[in-house]
Amino acid sequence: MSDITKQSLSELVENIKSKKLSSSEVTKAFVERSEKSKELNVYITEDYANALDKAKRFDEKPNLDLKLPGIPMAVKDLFCTRDLRTTAGSKILNNFVPTYESTVTQNIWNEGAILMGKLNCDEFAMGSSNETSFFGNVQNPIDKNLVPGGSSGGSSSAVAAQLTPITIGTDTGGSIRQPASFTGTVGLKPTYGSCSRYGIVAFASSLDQAGPMAQNVKDCALLQDVISTYDEKDSTSIDFKRNEYGKELTKDIKGKKIGIPKEYRVDGMPKEIEDLWKKGIEYAKDCGAEIIDISLPHTNYALPTYYIVAPAEASSNLARYDGVKYGFRAEGENLIDMYEKTRSEGFGAEVQRRIMIGTYVLSSGYYDAYYLKAQKVRKLIKNDFDDAYKKVDAILTPSTPSSAFKIGEKTNDPVSMYLNDIFTVPVNLAGLPGISIPAGHDAKGYPLGLQIIGKAFDEQNILNIAYAMEEKINFQNNITDWWIK
Amino acid sequence: MSKNKSEYLINRHDNQYEVVIGLEVHAQVISESKLFSTSATKFGAEPNTQVSLVDAAFPGMLPVINEYCVKQAIKTGIGLKAKINNRSVFDRKNYFYADLPQGYQISQFKDPIVGEGKVILDMPDGQKEVGIERLHLEQDAGKSIHDLDPKNTFVDLNRSGVALMEIVSKPDLRSPDEVNAYIKKLRSIMRYLGTCDGNMQEGSLRADVNVSVRKKGSKDFGTRCEIKNVNSIKFMQMAIEYEANRQVDLIEDGQKIDQETRLFDTKKNETRSMRSKEDAHDYRYFPDPDLLPLEVSDDFIEKLKSEIPELPDEKKKRFIEKFKLSPYEANILVSDIETSNYFENVIKKSDVKLATNWIIVELFAALNEKNLEITESPISAGNLSKLINLIKDGTISGKIAKTVFEQMMEGDKDPKKIVEEKGLKQESDPKALEALIDKVIDDNRDKATEYKSGKVKLFGFFVGQVMKVSGGKANPQLVNEILKKKL
Repeated sequence: MSDITKQSLSELVENIKSKKLSSSEVTKAFVERSEKSKELNVYITEDYANALDKAKRFDEKPNLDLKLPGIPMAVKDLFCTRDLRTTAGSKILNNFVPTYESTVTQNIWNEGAILMGKLNCDEFAMGSSNETSFFGNVQNPIDKNLVPGGSSGGSSSAVAAQLTPITIGTDTGGSIRQPASFTGTVGLKPTYGSCSRYGIVAFASSLDQAGPMAQNVKDCALLQDVISTYDEKDSTSIDFKRNEYGKELTKDIKGKKIGIPKEYRVDGMPKEIEDLWKKGIEYAKDCGAEIIDISLPHTNYALPTYYIVAPAEASSNLARYDGVKYGFRAEGENLIDMYEKTRSEGFGAEVQRRIMIGTYVLSSGYYDAYYLKAQKVRKLIKNDFDDAYKKVDAILTPSTPSSAFKIGEKTNDPVSMYLNDIFTVPVNLAGLPGISIPAGHDAKGYPLGLQIIGKAFDEQNILNIAYAMEEKINFQNNITDWWIK
Repeated sequence: MSKNKSEYLINRHDNQYEVVIGLEVHAQVISESKLFSTSATKFGAEPNTQVSLVDAAFPGMLPVINEYCVKQAIKTGIGLKAKINNRSVFDRKNYFYADLPQGYQISQFKDPIVGEGKVILDMPDGQKEVGIERLHLEQDAGKSIHDLDPKNTFVDLNRSGVALMEIVSKPDLRSPDEVNAYIKKLRSIMRYLGTCDGNMQEGSLRADVNVSVRKKGSKDFGTRCEIKNVNSIKFMQMAIEYEANRQVDLIEDGQKIDQETRLFDTKKNETRSMRSKEDAHDYRYFPDPDLLPLEVSDDFIEKLKSEIPELPDEKKKRFIEKFKLSPYEANILVSDIETSNYFENVIKKSDVKLATNWIIVELFAALNEKNLEITESPISAGNLSKLINLIKDGTISGKIAKTVFEQMMEGDKDPKKIVEEKGLKQESDPKALEALIDKVIDDNRDKATEYKSGKVKLFGFFVGQVMKVSGGKANPQLVNEILKKKL
């Protein structure tokens, strides 16, 4: 069967279940394409030989009742994988091999999937372009020298380039949705507490959430089905009744009320984005949804709030990387000297910047003015959504204020880089689910995404809306395989 | 509360200074596993054998609260007659050290699990109430070992993550003796509750001591210094004495006291500056985002209340009322739960008055001599009870009983058997005693004549002779009676 890598997850599952394809054939196809795609630099660690071996063993004794039977898959290198190096894109974990497995990846392997390798990402998931990775930037398969978004840039690029049928990323302020938008793929950030954080290298604990990334909405729903479980090992995991997202997926969204928040019309937003949003509204109407104007009055404060809360938590979460127990260590004259050298050499510039911001906002004398105030604003932002959801079932916004930018274009301008997250961070601050779906192209032909934000625990609803709109939009990604010689 | 002879004051020239002391006690929670992980907490295990991925702060590892430790803290709060907070919050206290794997300690800063309470001290001149400010739960750090290698420091993480209760007193203590009484009372309460073993040698109970001085009669507090991590009551008392005198000297010298953290040097018997207020760590406390606020319902607290055993203050009251013990005796017997249990076992089948005396005087002295705890006593409560009954029913005299007791201390033997085997049974047969007495009078004719002529003091001589001849076994009461008749 030709073009295995072009098949969607649901097609691959069906073909393996009906024995038209073996796991080995599928795995081999994705491994071969991955090997031909080194230029994209999506992999930090490849595990092809093991993957092929596991596929062979799967085929010898196939369990076809599983949800991901023998499906090969690469995952963001923020998920700890037993016996396979996990770096979080950082030099400081360059040599770190976990003896344990994250709950999310364990759920995936339990359903029969096979690990192909670990995907590039911004260092400790801090970045919007995958340029902060110690392992180099990632090419967007849409165009050479274009960033794939971040922090799950390796993941978005790998899915768009069909090097893995599906993948998982993590989203702290937009790290799944923004790269999905930049690569013409689908990415879901679930409700905070939906997917366990156990075994995921922490960036900002109160915001981090793992989620599926795929070529289409249905694949996303199928994967969400597998990864969303209650986990006692994560105290913030929430025990709510989870849907069978894949099975329950429907395009019938007639009468659903979709809110359009006026505050998302930000100054200097390109007309292309404005037009995309208008088109999105029309698609939603075509699907039978009712459009309602809403207000989320504290939207303006979301970005500064995020850039206080996230670095504050990060500054503490990253204190454990001190050269004492594991990971990179620089020799020093004494303990303090060792700490300083280890952390100066082990962390990149963006991570150091955020540790400094976080340390500053938590310092005595500044805590009340920054951290405490940010927490209060965070509550107001959440209240905005609660109020809005009294009137609507979901909210439609652009995913990003622009299409993908050039590698190096914003590396010296952190604030302009941070502005990329303007539409995505409020969702994390409020702990809500949000999905980005490709909805069109800009003048350069680069993909643009629309974001659908849901109520807490209402993943099924936004998946349904995305599924219905996806059909109307009928997006085609222009991938030319330019990197394959 | 009294202001009399036992008041502790420092005199300099014409000034009298009062010492104000507050304690931050760190009490290790009795629990099989750590505060946020399932690792064991046994003392003295091989280094780094009780360490989980959570304790060593591996990437992606998350804390999960141990419900048992929460119960222990609440029970302790109930024992301290304190307010239990339905909602408390775990914060991160951020600082770098090699034995702090996370780079922060999880502690409760703003919202502790237990609020204000009190402890009653029995001082020689009456009772004194010491206020408790708060009790909170926190993780212990690991241990840095600097003396195993000239160049390297070794780290043992067995203790990393072990649950501690930090119990903060109000600045209500006024003397080293009160500190002694406070620590002992706190330890006693926690041992009754089974929430902390109070073992200071093993570090299960440690304290930071806040000391300030002020002129007698003043209402304002002086500048305080904190003496870190003093690990015995004796050292605490020495440190307070040194520190209070140092501060008085500074004031008398016209200097000001700097608020600072000091260390007690046990070899030189002095406190030394460790860091000033300016150098104090900025711990950047903030709520731990990995943990939700800890919510406990009233029902949960009520259920724990119903599980609280009788505590020393209540037990003391009962001993005084029911057994007619003196407050002094009751205090001694209730101070330690093992002692009070022993006492109550002894008096199940024997006389209370005799039992009280035998435990407080003979048993304590004998145990002390052998350096044994009451739980290690060679004499079981049952056997002590038997011994007391032998005295009570006149089988042996109090004097013989001491001989039997000594034998019993050498191994847990039944006192009845000792009495039988050694023939120590008291001679209470009047005929046999008469014969014995006749012989003694006969042998001492001259003294008998003297007695009869009015030298009554010689009566004691005759009693002594009879006891001697009987090998101490003659019933002293009967001997007295018969002698009086015969002489």
